[in-house]
Amino acid sequence: MSLKRIDLLICCGSGCVSSGALKIKERFHEVLQEKGLVNEINIIETGCMGPCDYGPVMVIYPEGIFYKKVTPEDVEEIVSDHFIKGRPVARLMLQDEEEKTFSTQKEVPFYQKQVKVALANCGYIDPESIDEYIATGGYEALGTVLTTMSPQDAIEVIKKSGLRGRGGGGFPTYLKWQMVHDNQAEEKYIICNGDEGDPGAFMDRSLLEGDPHRILEGMMISAFAMGATSGFFYIRAEYPLAIKRIKHAIAQAKELGLMGRSIFGSKFSFDAEVRTGAGAFVCGEETALINSIEGQRGNPTPKPPYPAVQGLWGKPTVVNNVETYGNIPTIFLKGADWFASMGTETSKGTKVFALTGDIRNTGLVEVPMGITLREMIFDVGGGMSGGHKFKAVQLGGPSGGCLTTQHLDVPVDYESLKERGAMMGSGGVIVMNDEKCMVNVAKFFMDFCVDESCGKCSPCRIGLKQMLDILTRIDSGYGKEGDIEELQRLGEAISKLSLCGLGQSAPNPVLSTIRFFREEYESHIRDKSCATKVCLDLMHFHIDKNRCIGCSLCAKKCPVSCISGSRDEKYTINQLPCVKCGNCMDVCPVKAVTKVPGMHPEVAAKRLAETKLSHNYDE
Amino acid sequence: MTPASTKHNELYDRLKAVIEEKKDLRNPLIEILRTAQEIFGYLPIEVQEFIANEMDIPASKIYGVVTFYNFFSMKPRGKYMLNVCTGTACYVKGASRLIQMISDYLHVGMGETTKDNLFTMSAVRCVGACSLAPVFVIGEDTFGRIENKDKIADILKNYK
Repeated sequence: MSLKRIDLLICCGSGCVSSGALKIKERFHEVLQEKGLVNEINIIETGCMGPCDYGPVMVIYPEGIFYKKVTPEDVEEIVSDHFIKGRPVARLMLQDEEEKTFSTQKEVPFYQKQVKVALANCGYIDPESIDEYIATGGYEALGTVLTTMSPQDAIEVIKKSGLRGRGGGGFPTYLKWQMVHDNQAEEKYIICNGDEGDPGAFMDRSLLEGDPHRILEGMMISAFAMGATSGFFYIRAEYPLAIKRIKHAIAQAKELGLMGRSIFGSKFSFDAEVRTGAGAFVCGEETALINSIEGQRGNPTPKPPYPAVQGLWGKPTVVNNVETYGNIPTIFLKGADWFASMGTETSKGTKVFALTGDIRNTGLVEVPMGITLREMIFDVGGGMSGGHKFKAVQLGGPSGGCLTTQHLDVPVDYESLKERGAMMGSGGVIVMNDEKCMVNVAKFFMDFCVDESCGKCSPCRIGLKQMLDILTRIDSGYGKEGDIEELQRLGEAISKLSLCGLGQSAPNPVLSTIRFFREEYESHIRDKSCATKVCLDLMHFHIDKNRCIGCSLCAKKCPVSCISGSRDEKYTINQLPCVKCGNCMDVCPVKAVTKVPGMHPEVAAKRLAETKLSHNYDE
Repeated sequence: MTPASTKHNELYDRLKAVIEEKKDLRNPLIEILRTAQEIFGYLPIEVQEFIANEMDIPASKIYGVVTFYNFFSMKPRGKYMLNVCTGTACYVKGASRLIQMISDYLHVGMGETTKDNLFTMSAVRCVGACSLAPVFVIGEDTFGRIENKDKIADILKNYK
């Protein structure tokens, strides 16, 4: 991409930036200046390369050498050894457990099973340069569509490709377009849904930050197909860089005449503006999002009418997800058949996932549809970190469900996941090890949904609160027989009766954990015991007298002074006042303090006495 | 609007200019509220009423919007918002412990502001930096993989 002899690509995705990528870039500029190499080496700031766990990462072309966990101190060595003497620095390359070294990016196992379509340029070009995007074939698809195709032709291509909405629902993309295309209204709108609210998901963020022109191009092709002339990017306020980059991309495209009036000499004109969200999860739902753009509270409205009929300002509107737009230019460049050749019968192409949780290689990945969970977690993700065992994987955020070991060979596609009570969702994959309590996880998601419920319809507003109360009761040791059944009854009712997708899917995490981890709920309720020692009321701390050396450090650090003893007698915890802060365990020099599952008998006895007392009082 | 200090009026003048500028956009309310919050630091009832008058829309509607979105606050906030991510990935990697550590260090609870008005600690739902979990954000800076209090102290001392 330049006449300089070396291209140095530094990943400046959010992960690498917070582990210090910008400092490294500064340092490179300094060192190159000192050594007079400024004219020979090209420093490019790219979007997310994917393997965030190895960050800060960089790739050096022409060879494609991959360096991980680079620090500013390493810069000088890279310049003198690699750039000047031509000897890549082996110690910064990735090594596996058998000490095999992977020198180039292509060899790195993390990339082996990945196929990059939407992410093709992410981590490869400078996202702020339209020239680099054009150099990789950017805006070629738009040109072809505008000069050689009719809107209906374009819709047919997408129909043939089998592309489905990447925001979670999996609705066939062409169908939305066709509905709006067939509508004769004079004004039509197109919206890019960048309100990535699912906790544990950062695909859209990385795409908008790493390759904004691709999204813009995809949006313009869609707009042409359905006859819209103005569009809105709705991006959440938590993503300031994404907002900046897309605004920058719009300005650049306008400058080159790739946006605005009669693009490529055709009759098609298009303009887009950016609107920012203000922190409401429900705004990811399309009707709520439309209300938010209109400056209202982001409440969803009942469908029908669908946005395709009556959307923004009452006009036909298509709302597509960022990643959906990201696939479109490549489909037109490489053909619908090529795209449809990847994936399964019903789910075509690739999907971007944010792999996080207790695995080795956390980061951003793009894999063909139909890959198994096992391949994704163990091959791409590198398996579990810290020698722990795999317990569950949560897909689809607060609307999704947990799957377990028995599902590891399930292919990842819309239908297979749905059948098993999970869902594709927007692409957040959170892998959990055997230290996680599933009741607590379910409570976490319920707490999220209760907090984010807009309050418009009662099943969601009141029902979810009831579910949360029951979960809180179970997790604090007051669970009773029948609670599980009550959760299931409520969950099913809420799924059926809620107005929008948030309420309809909110019970999923609870229902799926009950389905696959029922025994955990039962031991919380019956035995008052949390096997993973996560739920504080259902575990206690214990000092092993054989190990205790009587140093009194724990007693001194205890905030409620509930540890007593002496050098000879050793120390014991008075269980009743203990607040389970864990300080004693942290400070013990000989590891005599341990966590034990189950409520301590003394605490249980006290609680029983209290309930009896209140019963007597009631009578 | 009792304290008619000059600084106060200046802020309202700035807000008025912003409203003038954005008035003709289609439905600019949320964008205007965002700028208003940048100017005043928060959105007290007086500011909401001012916007209502300027834009000629009911104050109740503005109140409805302000209370709906997490981003808007009706309470004064510190110079820096310290947002701890409580998304799923951070939860799995110990966000609750991180909150406890920050809270111990700054002596504030969730939603509270430090005595020197420097930091307000609040929780956000996922900032999309999941691979660095657990994380917190100050302004546009993300800090990840926080394992101990020393690291927190190191970071926070740079904010004055």
